[in-house]
Amino acid sequence: MRVEGKGRINRDKPLNFTFDGKTYQGFEGDSLASALLANDVALIGRSFKYHRPRGIVTAGSDDPNGLVELSRGPYGAAIPNTRATMQSLYEGLVANSQNHLGPLGFDLLAVNDLAAPFLSAGFYYKTFMWPRRFWEAVYEPLIRRAAGLGRLSRGMQAEPSEKAFGHCDLLVIGAGPSGLTAALVAAEAGADVILVDENTELGGRLWLEDTVIDDMPAQTWLAQISAKLSAMPNVRIMPRCTVTGAYDGGTYGMIERVGLEHAPSGTVPRECFWRITARAAILATGAVERPIAFADNDRPAIMMAGAMRSYLDRYGVLPARKIALFVSTDQGHRDALALQAAGATLAAVIDPRSDAPALGDYPLYRGAEVVATRGRTRISGITIRDAAGKTTDMDIGALGMSGGWNPNIHLACHMGARAIWNAEKSCFLAPEGAVPALHYAGSAAGYFSTAECFTSGFAAAINALSELGLTAPHTPCPIAPASRETARPHWVVSGKKRAWIDFANDVTAKDIRLAAQEGYQSVEHMKRYTTQGMAPDQGRSSNTTAIAVLADATGRGISETGTTTYRPPFVPVSLGAIGAGAQGKGFAPERLTTSHAASVARNAPMVATGLWYRASYFPQNGETTWLQSCNREVGYVRNAVGVVDVSTLGKIAVSGPDAARFLDFVYGNMMSSLPEGRVRYGLMLREDGFVMDDGTCARVGPYDYVITTTTAAAAEVMAHLEFVAQVFCPNWKLSLTSTTEAWAQFAVAGPKAFDLVAGLTTDLRRDELPFMGWVARDVLGVPARIFRISFSGEEGYEIAVPVGYGASLYDALLTRAEAMGGGPYGVEALNVLRLEKGFITHAEINGRVTAGDLGMTGLLSKKKSDFIGRAGAAREGLLDPARPALIGLRPVDGQSKILAGGHLFEADAKPSRETSKGYVSSACFSPTLGHPIALGFFVDGRARHGDQVKMVDHLRRQETLCEICPPVFFDPDGGRMRD
Amino acid sequence: MRIPCPICGERDSREFRPKGDITYADRPAAEAGAAAWHSYLHLRDNQPGQIVEIWRHTHGCGAWISVTRNTVSHAILGAQLLRDRGQDHAG
Amino acid sequence: MRYSGLRVIREGLRGQKSWTRAWRDPAPKAQYDMIIIGGGGHGLATAYYLAKNHGITNIAVLEKGYLGGGNIGRNTTIVRANYLLEGNSQFYSHSLKLWEGLEQDLNYNVMHSQRGIINLFHSDGQRDAFARRGNAMINQGDDAILLDRDELRRMIPYLDYDQTRFPIFGGLYHKRGGTARHDAVAWGYARAADQRGVDLIQNCEVRGIDVHQGRVTGVQTTRGAISAGKIGVVVAGRSSQVAAMAGLRLPIESHVLQAFVTEGLKPAIDHVITYGMGHFYISQSDKGGLVFGGDLDFYASYASRGNLPTAEHVMETGMTLMPMIGQAKMLRSWGGIMDMSSDGSPIIDKSPIEGLYLNCGWCYGGFKAVPGSGYAFAHLMATDQPHQSAERYRLDRFETGRDLMDEEGRGSQHNLH
Repeated sequence: MRVEGKGRINRDKPLNFTFDGKTYQGFEGDSLASALLANDVALIGRSFKYHRPRGIVTAGSDDPNGLVELSRGPYGAAIPNTRATMQSLYEGLVANSQNHLGPLGFDLLAVNDLAAPFLSAGFYYKTFMWPRRFWEAVYEPLIRRAAGLGRLSRGMQAEPSEKAFGHCDLLVIGAGPSGLTAALVAAEAGADVILVDENTELGGRLWLEDTVIDDMPAQTWLAQISAKLSAMPNVRIMPRCTVTGAYDGGTYGMIERVGLEHAPSGTVPRECFWRITARAAILATGAVERPIAFADNDRPAIMMAGAMRSYLDRYGVLPARKIALFVSTDQGHRDALALQAAGATLAAVIDPRSDAPALGDYPLYRGAEVVATRGRTRISGITIRDAAGKTTDMDIGALGMSGGWNPNIHLACHMGARAIWNAEKSCFLAPEGAVPALHYAGSAAGYFSTAECFTSGFAAAINALSELGLTAPHTPCPIAPASRETARPHWVVSGKKRAWIDFANDVTAKDIRLAAQEGYQSVEHMKRYTTQGMAPDQGRSSNTTAIAVLADATGRGISETGTTTYRPPFVPVSLGAIGAGAQGKGFAPERLTTSHAASVARNAPMVATGLWYRASYFPQNGETTWLQSCNREVGYVRNAVGVVDVSTLGKIAVSGPDAARFLDFVYGNMMSSLPEGRVRYGLMLREDGFVMDDGTCARVGPYDYVITTTTAAAAEVMAHLEFVAQVFCPNWKLSLTSTTEAWAQFAVAGPKAFDLVAGLTTDLRRDELPFMGWVARDVLGVPARIFRISFSGEEGYEIAVPVGYGASLYDALLTRAEAMGGGPYGVEALNVLRLEKGFITHAEINGRVTAGDLGMTGLLSKKKSDFIGRAGAAREGLLDPARPALIGLRPVDGQSKILAGGHLFEADAKPSRETSKGYVSSACFSPTLGHPIALGFFVDGRARHGDQVKMVDHLRRQETLCEICPPVFFDPDGGRMRD
Repeated sequence: MRIPCPICGERDSREFRPKGDITYADRPAAEAGAAAWHSYLHLRDNQPGQIVEIWRHTHGCGAWISVTRNTVSHAILGAQLLRDRGQDHAG
Repeated sequence: MRYSGLRVIREGLRGQKSWTRAWRDPAPKAQYDMIIIGGGGHGLATAYYLAKNHGITNIAVLEKGYLGGGNIGRNTTIVRANYLLEGNSQFYSHSLKLWEGLEQDLNYNVMHSQRGIINLFHSDGQRDAFARRGNAMINQGDDAILLDRDELRRMIPYLDYDQTRFPIFGGLYHKRGGTARHDAVAWGYARAADQRGVDLIQNCEVRGIDVHQGRVTGVQTTRGAISAGKIGVVVAGRSSQVAAMAGLRLPIESHVLQAFVTEGLKPAIDHVITYGMGHFYISQSDKGGLVFGGDLDFYASYASRGNLPTAEHVMETGMTLMPMIGQAKMLRSWGGIMDMSSDGSPIIDKSPIEGLYLNCGWCYGGFKAVPGSGYAFAHLMATDQPHQSAERYRLDRFETGRDLMDEEGRGSQHNLH
């Protein structure tokens, strides 16, 4: 219910919203949780395991229960597991409860609660084992359906998020009293400050403060410091931002709620994931209140005492008219007074401390405990047991509880530091220096009074400034009156009934004791066995209590028991935000060749080849399959002339007086003997002796070479060559430049290739450009390089022009080729052409083959004393003659399919791992030869030419008797390309 | 993680690509023998604590650098250009 | 105590009073026949199979922290036998067969769920490579099905088939692949080993290995000296560190691998799915969390935690593959320390020191290997002969270059596997 005159909501701006199909009204400034509570909606959802009715427990990001599905209308499906306490209300908000079968009030899965005796911690490890097949068929589907929380709906994200980087001197995490103080001190010293807070406005506990700061009411002081910080150019204030993780090098992850704060519009990102790099940071994240574990403490409208206060002071909401508080902290008593002052009927304050203070006029039960609660879908009454053991029943509408405070130290422990139990303050604190340059302040550092928050925030800023090399300013530390802050942790009320510790995962004190009884006594074992702390709230309010119960059950102290590992993120973060931008095509850059547009215009399907796109084939009217087009294009090259874009091959300019020596070192074969104007095929090894890549090397000047790499290995080869140059040859006179994107390069191949190429130049003579030569010429008036090389086995020329001329050259080439009875060909035909010639690609160079496997031992120079991979290649295992060697294959019947990926066996062998002697690496139908051909590897294959072997492809149910043959199927002497 | 590139200054680690232990920079002589080459290619001290390792400023200046880093804390203590080691390891 | 549904009901009615400890908490004795260093999945499984298959029960498993606290408690729980190369093929096949009877063998429900694994491919070349692998799986006696794009679309309609950067061509479907509850595997082996008399000693860190005249005699620990004639080192992630105590250097570099889990969700992903244009794998746990991971951070680390660039890349991959997961929230991330070997495959072999045995180099693949690794390592330690499933996991293969198992074809650089 709403309380007049309280809260920071804007009562002039009512907002309509819908929960579970029913429409309610809240106000601007409400969270979904506060708006629901204002409308007396206490039942929000169902618990994870027992499907018990649950309501809001806290007012922050630590709330264990209040998860709903938030609808975003046309902008993507519902967002499951949206935390109602952190979701701002907006006009037209639609939310639904989750994790129930049937209506929320009558969840059929609540039958689990009746079966609770059999569903104790770890019960599933002990059963569901018989019969064996039933796990996947019966048990697991049932468990999966009952488990889980919200639903994930399919489809694209129509309301994308985004990512950003931020840099600052000082990141202040949390804008409560300590964070505000630290930010101001640092800013006045000139530091570049980012001040973040996960709430919608600055202030933290100052909203709830009735004390006086610097002689003015707390809220007035808050308004003043907020205004001051906002006006400073070196301060960036970022509300609605939660720092999610601390990483190396002063990097912090942070999630900002942007579009989520408003009705979906499609114009703003839903969220933004920040990577903030800060030279120093201050952890001022406050503390969360600890629940007390007592019988049936999980009913809706049982919430934290501080949360009740928060709903009152921030939103003007009371969860019920008649309330009671079960607290063991002085702060709990002050909260009780404030609630009473706002009009709540304070039925009782139950404090297990016999010396509890009476701060006002309310029924105080000292040394007493709540031992039972009543109510089905919300609490209706409690039973109090006093110090003498006498019990009193009492009807109430809501119960507040507080067993102390857990500092939010998570970020400080993200780099592996173990939290330390502080017995005096009864809480875990982070060790100093746990994250480099991260300082702690306020209640996150165990300073729970406002006065101490100010002094510790001030001190943290001074420390950070000295680290930043900045002089502390003369800003005075804010002053608040000292207040009594005694608290005694009250973990658990003894009793037989279930007392919840982890509301979110339905872990009770009994479960933790059972874990200890069964030997799961390490805190990690307890966590994993009971699932304590593994729910969406990460056990923020419950873990310490669980540790205390475990410590008690094992007879160890809390300190010895210790915590589990704190790991990012501090709050759950949407994958859509951390992975923003990658949906669809955004995952990787797209590299387009200069022939791309022309190819698309000719309806060529474009296939991704690494980051590039290449034309697969160029369909013509009447062709219904890719194979028809491919065969036609092969025919262009074999009979007339074909043109293909080969710009995607890596091109590296190697220059300098030591370039030749360098190439000798990185290639297996000799390059220094290459004359100017000539091109040579080269094989590069990795240092471990296996083949890395192949390509060509052209000598373009006395000290200048251009080498090519395969498309796939271009980046790897460049990095490798740079490594060799910088690390092994630092004194050599040498430079390497990747020129892949500087040149557009087209292969022109076929019997009419020379005619086509010559027609583009004024004076090219056939005899001045022999096979494996190159010349510099103007092509259609553009300076170009023409290489006479061939990947098709036909007379072939590759013309390279500056990339800006690529598109027009491609057009000119196609026009002329078509006039000669040829045309463009794609990578399908390219592959057939190379296979007919037995040329290899990375289907063969698969990272596990040696030069010997490829029949290229001759390309490992014996004349050179050293080259990359020479020693590795000399290992006995790489020289074994029984290694599978490159072979050609053709079907004995001249027509049966050979499939790449099929395995090879002796003709009479039964296929098995032991009998597999090789495999097919590439295969195609050769239109030139009229039958299928393939390349593959076979044990000692070069000695087996002419033998029959069996190709077996189990997957595609193909078995083909093949003949092993030399890998070159067409024009084995190479006369067509050479002469 | 932030890596101090000797040429470009401190940059986010996503601009860099690690290769591995500094061993890779100490290439044995061609005739050093099988044991030396085995050690070079495969064997690593790999003890927790401070190591020197090789990174490349791939999305920056392209320099190969050695980085002194603690493998337990991930603290980075310095970086140098590998070419500044000055010694040629190639024939 | 034997576990059964009946006992769960009986204990439920009696207030869970009679459940006994899953394993004892013994003090270390001064002498054992064998010592296993490392109380993770592989170490516990080794102890179990030593006791079960070889009748050797005077064994101590020494664990620095808590049982199952290493990579067995920090992984993406995938179980499969879909390897390409001789050596890995037979080993993982054997391991999967052990998984298939593990619950009954251990009397512990490890929730091994054979829900099927689908490796996606995105080009003709990748299809050919996966076909070769699938055929190798069938040659080995395991299962594989090659799915085309349409079949895949019917099975897993929620992938982005139309707008994604690297279109999906199809997938290799391994029906017997799946997942298991990782902690339960450690606990199941621990309980079963304990029941056969093995001493599981937690909070006992080995600080030194005693070697006299070329043979091991025992270890120095934080709980005193313990002697034994045979010592197995099963400490993936820290293998180099422990091996150094005996003066050995290994072909291993330690790297961090991150993994992630979302909040609980109703069933959305019924298989294990891996992406082909970058490392990404995902499944949904029985509790409802999407469990996923990707590549190494690539730098050497002993920190059990990673950094954002890799985490972001993993989630970017997820977004291009199945945009629906953008609505899910990452709840927790973790990092394990991987033994990255020089060819990406493991080592189960004797060391050059007599009586000292090595089980290491598991790279990403250790979880599914647990039963097979324990089985083979127990065989090696008991008989001094390699088990036939693991006879290729030799330590000397790197030096000789013989029978390397470089599944990725990336060469000897440790972080590329």
